[in-house]
Amino acid sequence: MIRSPRLPLYITIATFILAFAICVSQYPAMLSTRVVANLLTDNAFLGIAAAGMTFVIISGGIDLSVGSVIAFTGVFLAVVMRDFPVHPLVAFAMVLAITISFGAAMGAIIHYLEMPPFIVTLAGMFLMRGLAYVMSTDSVPVTHDFYNTLQGIYWKAPGGGRFRMIGGLMILTYVVAMIVLHRTKFGQNVYAIGGSPVTAKLMGVPIAKTTIGIYAVSGGLAGLAGIVYSLYTSAGYSLATVGVELDAIAAVVIGGTLLSGGSGFVAGTFFGILIMGLIQTYIVFDGSLSSWWTKIVIGGLLFAFIMLQKGLSWATTMRRKPAAEFATRS
Amino acid sequence: MISATLKRVAPQLVILAVVLLMNFAVFPGFFHIEFQNGRLFGNLIDVLNRGAPVALLSIGMTLVIATKGIDLSVGAVMAIAGAVAAAVVTGGGGWLTALLAAIAAGLLCGAWNGILVAILRVQPIVATLVLMVAGRGIAQLITEGKIMTFLNPGLIHLGAGTVAGIPTPILIWIAAGIIVTAIVRGTALGMLIESIGINETASRLAGINSRALLIAVYLISGLGAAIAGVIVAADIKGADANNAGLWMELDAILAVVIGGNSLLGGRFSIVASLIGALIIQSVNSVILLSGMPPEFNLVIKALIIIVILVIQSPRIKHTLYLLRASAGPAPRETTLHDTDPVAKESRP
Repeated sequence: MIRSPRLPLYITIATFILAFAICVSQYPAMLSTRVVANLLTDNAFLGIAAAGMTFVIISGGIDLSVGSVIAFTGVFLAVVMRDFPVHPLVAFAMVLAITISFGAAMGAIIHYLEMPPFIVTLAGMFLMRGLAYVMSTDSVPVTHDFYNTLQGIYWKAPGGGRFRMIGGLMILTYVVAMIVLHRTKFGQNVYAIGGSPVTAKLMGVPIAKTTIGIYAVSGGLAGLAGIVYSLYTSAGYSLATVGVELDAIAAVVIGGTLLSGGSGFVAGTFFGILIMGLIQTYIVFDGSLSSWWTKIVIGGLLFAFIMLQKGLSWATTMRRKPAAEFATRS
Repeated sequence: MISATLKRVAPQLVILAVVLLMNFAVFPGFFHIEFQNGRLFGNLIDVLNRGAPVALLSIGMTLVIATKGIDLSVGAVMAIAGAVAAAVVTGGGGWLTALLAAIAAGLLCGAWNGILVAILRVQPIVATLVLMVAGRGIAQLITEGKIMTFLNPGLIHLGAGTVAGIPTPILIWIAAGIIVTAIVRGTALGMLIESIGINETASRLAGINSRALLIAVYLISGLGAAIAGVIVAADIKGADANNAGLWMELDAILAVVIGGNSLLGGRFSIVASLIGALIIQSVNSVILLSGMPPEFNLVIKALIIIVILVIQSPRIKHTLYLLRASAGPAPRETTLHDTDPVAKESRP
C-alpha cells in the first residue's frame, strides 16, 4: 500500500475519520444527520470552488481570483435581478458565461504571454473584486420567489438532518469532476501538463487548449460557487468571501494534491473540505474556543500535510536510487 | 554606477512622473508643501508617508523574489508584529522593548519560512502560505480577538511622529532601503543572491552557501514586515489583528513587479521596487484626489497591472526585439530592454 500513489488520499480519509471519531467521543451529539447535513450545506460553495482549484493545482498553476469571482457573482445576480425583470435561471446562465470566459481569458494570458499564473490571477482577483465594488458597495438582498422555491428543496433524513439542494449540488460537482479528471482525455492532459509541461508538449498534448480549459473550469466552478453562495445567503455583497481562495488552496493541499502539480485527487479535496468544516463545527460545539483557533489548526494541518508529501517523495527517491545505480553500471 | 542605476530605473521614474502629473492635473495644489507646527505638510509628503509599509515590505520581497521565491506571509507577520508591540506596551514595557520584541517576532517568522524553504525544500509559495493562513490566528491569539489600543508616546512616535519636521515612517523606509542596498551592492551578496535565483544547483556547485543566503533573505523579509507592522499599529494607536497588513503582501509583490524585477528570479533592483511602491501609493492618491468613487480603485489597479504585465511579458519583449533587430543594424537602446537581463545578454 505504501507504494500506491493513492496513499495521500487514504491518509486524508483516515484523518477525517479519526477527527470525526475524536469529535464524537467528546460530544456524542455530533454523531447526527443534522451535523452531517449542515457540514455539507455550510461548505457547499467552498467545496465547489475547491474542486475547480484542484484542476488548476494539478496542472501546476494557481488561481487566486476564486474568492473575488464568488463575490462578483453574488453582487451581479442581486443587482441584475433587482434592476431587470429577469428570471434567476437566465441570470445564472449570464453569470456563468461571464465567469467561464473570464477564466478562459486568464488562461489565454497565462499561456500566450508566458506569464506566471500567480500574478495573472492576482490581477484577475483585483479586477473582479473591483467590478463587484463598482456595481454596489452595499449588501443587496435577493427577493425572488424562485429563490425561496430552490431554498425550500431538501430531503429530511431520519434524525432531523436536512440535506439541502446546494449540498447535493456540491456532491454532484465532485462526481462530475472525478469523471472528467480520471476518465477523459482532458483530465489526462491536465495531469500531463502538471507533471512536466515540456514532456507534455513533446508528447503532443494541446497545451494552449488545455491551459485555457483548466482556467475556464476554475472560473466556471467559482461562478457556480457564487450562485450557491447567493442561494445560501440570499444576498450579494462585494466584501463577501474575502480569502476564500486560500481556504480552497488549503483544502486541496490537505486533500493530498501536490502543489507542484502532476499528482492529486478530487476526492481528496472533498475530504479536505470536510476536515476544515469539521474543525469549525467542533469549535462551535465547544463554545469556549475562539474562532481564530480555526486558522491556527488549519495552518498546522497544512504544515503536517506538506511535510507528509515531502516525506513520501523522499522515500520514493530513496527507493529508486539502487535501481538507477544499477542502470548506469550496466 | 549611478548612471547605470538611473538607466535601470528610468521606466519606473517615467511612470512615477506620469502618475504624479496626473495627481497635479486633478488637484493643482498637489506639489505644494508647507512647514507648519514643526512638521512638513503636503500631498507629496503624504504619498511618501502612506507608502512606507509597502516600501518596507518591498525591500525584503525584492530579495526573496530575486532568489526565485515569494513571501506570502508578510501581511500576517505585520499583524503579529503589531500585536506583539501592543501587548508589550500595554503590559507596561517601554517602546524600545516593544519594538525589539516585534522585530524578534518578525525574525522568528522569517526564520520559520527560511528553514522551510532552504532546509526542508518546500516550494516558497506553499511554505509561506502556512504562515499566511495561521499568522492572523496567532495575532488574534495575542490580542485576544480585540483591537488592542495603547497610548505609549514613544511607540506612537514611530508611526505618527516627526524627526526634524519629516514624518518618522519616511525616514525609516529610506534608511532601510539605503542600508540593505549598501549591504547587497557594496559586497558580493547581491550577486550571489541573483545567482541562486538564476540557477541554484549551479551556484551551490560553485561554492555558494545557498541555504544560509536563502534563510537570510526570508529573515530580511520578516524584519521589514515587523517594522511595517509596528508603523501601521502605531499610526492607528492600536493593533488590529484582522485588518493590519491585509492584502499588503500582494501590494508588495506588485511593487516588485512594477519595479521591473522578474518573478522568475535573477537580476534585481531595490531602488526600482521602492519607486514601484511609490507608484502604487501615487495611483491611490490620484483616485482619492480626483473625487472618483473609491470603488474604482481596484479596477484601475487591476488594469495597470495587466498593462505592465503585457509590456514585461517575455513573448512581447521578444517580438519587440525582433522588430527592432529587423529595423536597422544598430538598434537604439530603449528603456524596455534594460529591464530584461536575458535580452541584454543575448544581444549581439
